[in-house]
Amino acid sequence: MTTMTIAKAINEGLRATLNNNPRTLLMGEDIGPLGGVYRVTDGLIGEFGADRVVDTPLAESGIIGTAIGLALSGYLPVCEIQFDGFVFPGFNQITTQLAKMHARSNGNLTVPVVIRIPYGGGIGSIEHHSESPEALFAHTAGLRIITPSNPHDAYWMIQQAVDCQDPVIVFEPKRRYWLKGEVDTESPGASADPFKAHVLREGTDATVVAYGPLVPVALAAATAAAEDGHSVEVIDLRSISPIDFDTVTESVKKTGRLVVAHEAPTFGGIGGEIAARVSERAFLSLEAPVIRVGGFHMPYPVAKVEEDYLPDIDRILEALDRAFAY
Amino acid sequence: MGATHLPATEFDGTGVDDQLEAEAEAVLGEPPTQMVQLLGPDGTLGEDPVFSAYANRLDAEKLRGFYADMAAIRRFDQEATALQRQGQLALWVPLTGQEAAQIGSGRASQPQDYIFPTYREHGVALTRNVDLAELLRQFRGVSNGGWNPKDTNFHLYTLVLAAQTPHAVGYAMGIQRDQKLAAANATPGQPQEPKAAVMVYFGDGASSEGDVHESMVFASSYNAPVVFFCQNNHWAISVPSTVQTRVPLADRAKGYGFPGIRVDGNDVIAVHAVTEWALERAREGKSPVLIEAFTYRVGAHTTADDPTKYRGSDEEAQWRAKDPLERLEKYLRAENLADDDFFAKVKADGDELAAYVRKTTHDLETPDIRTAFANTYAEAHPLVAEELAWFEEYSAGFADESETVEADTDGAANR
Repeated sequence: MTTMTIAKAINEGLRATLNNNPRTLLMGEDIGPLGGVYRVTDGLIGEFGADRVVDTPLAESGIIGTAIGLALSGYLPVCEIQFDGFVFPGFNQITTQLAKMHARSNGNLTVPVVIRIPYGGGIGSIEHHSESPEALFAHTAGLRIITPSNPHDAYWMIQQAVDCQDPVIVFEPKRRYWLKGEVDTESPGASADPFKAHVLREGTDATVVAYGPLVPVALAAATAAAEDGHSVEVIDLRSISPIDFDTVTESVKKTGRLVVAHEAPTFGGIGGEIAARVSERAFLSLEAPVIRVGGFHMPYPVAKVEEDYLPDIDRILEALDRAFAY
Repeated sequence: MGATHLPATEFDGTGVDDQLEAEAEAVLGEPPTQMVQLLGPDGTLGEDPVFSAYANRLDAEKLRGFYADMAAIRRFDQEATALQRQGQLALWVPLTGQEAAQIGSGRASQPQDYIFPTYREHGVALTRNVDLAELLRQFRGVSNGGWNPKDTNFHLYTLVLAAQTPHAVGYAMGIQRDQKLAAANATPGQPQEPKAAVMVYFGDGASSEGDVHESMVFASSYNAPVVFFCQNNHWAISVPSTVQTRVPLADRAKGYGFPGIRVDGNDVIAVHAVTEWALERAREGKSPVLIEAFTYRVGAHTTADDPTKYRGSDEEAQWRAKDPLERLEKYLRAENLADDDFFAKVKADGDELAAYVRKTTHDLETPDIRTAFANTYAEAHPLVAEELAWFEEYSAGFADESETVEADTDGAANR
């Protein structure tokens, strides 16, 4: 066990995959000598050279598009998109090309491209630097989407993404990059399957599902709820596509109440999908409607008011109160 | 509606009666790129200081082969158009007029090269030995990609314009890395794998897409072994190429720092020569190349299009006079390289191909939607599995019903 930050864990995970597979390569803006704007690729160009840690022109469609070509020629590209709000110039390549290539080739071609996207707010940044666009990608068949909430998952998930034959988007919770935790670099242990949700805290009265940056918030809310006598189960979803509905449903059948929290706007979001599936699978177990906690239907607001936008402990507690009121 | 207010042929490198050519010269400060032409519309072979050497590599058999290929793909095009009109295909994208651009360039590629087409490159597909009947699967609505690109190094058609251009550059970057590794691991005396390059096709319309720009930037930055082959067929559905560019497209290469060549796209000998030069250059790692094949889409954009609404028949007539097959036939006959028997055989072969394609199209099997479930992801996926299970159960509910239908119609239902 080693203690490290999420950023360092991804760095170590990338180093491991570069060492383990000579066909892995990294590409992105400023990922070379600078080590990326968040230093996640720090030091890698020195170890692996410019053919494997590729500083690209400033063009997201070009990054994703050339990564697709590299994958078709047998390489395993890991692309860094600098910020969530800057993925959209590459959206066409991701949704019309990357996601569909395996299907449209009748299974003959695979495009094992990994796209790393730092996402979410809470860093006091300017516009386009704090968004949570995961639902836009989850709606596209052919993609897989995972998001770590702790260093151990971060270390293993990036390697599992590279090993996956399907395209994988790894949404990295950028405001948690400096969150420290224990990493077992010898074995993934319970994190062997990146598409499985984890029950982080067991409870009997309600379930809170969160992922990425809101996992620590959900855990803190559960602690606060316990002081009020409520036993709250917390699930780290980990995978946004596919979603591990079995783990969520099993929990709801036990607790009868579900709150889903994410930074992304609730409308058309992952929380809505979970609410619908749970109502189909566990309708008779529900004591209350599934309640969503998330961003408002507005462009991500300016930094000075983002605290009013971002779900926090109180917003999750308020949602739990509403669930308990039924 | 006549379209005489539109420039008939854009700047064609002849300097005659061409306002745009003068404009381009004013903008560029020099004459725009001259067009490489070896075989003129009258069937006489001219000289070029660089490319005649490449043309001289061609013997009579190769030239006859070019003609046979062009005639075959034109016949195939007619047959596919007819199949669409008969309701056998949902859509067809005709290539007539662009045979020389496609056969000339495709025949210049080597088996180890990898080709990314757009969606009109039926002639290139022929040169890559793709079964032309398989090509129709996409237009029949039974597949989104009817062939396995790994068999022929001819990628699937891409319908999102220019999206394949960065794929080509990435593939070329992969080749570049493969070649570096191979060179590092080479043992003296051992035969080396032949060097490879990538060629990517797009049109004058797609040249306006951002992906073309980004891919050319990437190609130049990494000196990727890629040839950009732009077929300027003058019309992006109904919009003339003058709306896409005010300078010859080939001149854009200068801005990226690699050579750009405009070639007469109806001259199969020149297209072949220029493409061989470009691919050799790319394989050797000297630089990417942009080729603009100056040609004309004689027919409609697709079978859903009506060119009479946006261009005049006089313009089409002008281009028909530059027909790629006629000029090669004139040359072959004048030089006594082919006789009536050859042309009769080409025609018979074309009819045979058409019959094969017609029959195969009728016989193309409709796939089971279960293959779509199976191919959405490469690895097991719980949501897909759940939806498939539901679909199976739902479908099973109709099993009795379909038996009844069969019984009622005494087995005569066309199933």
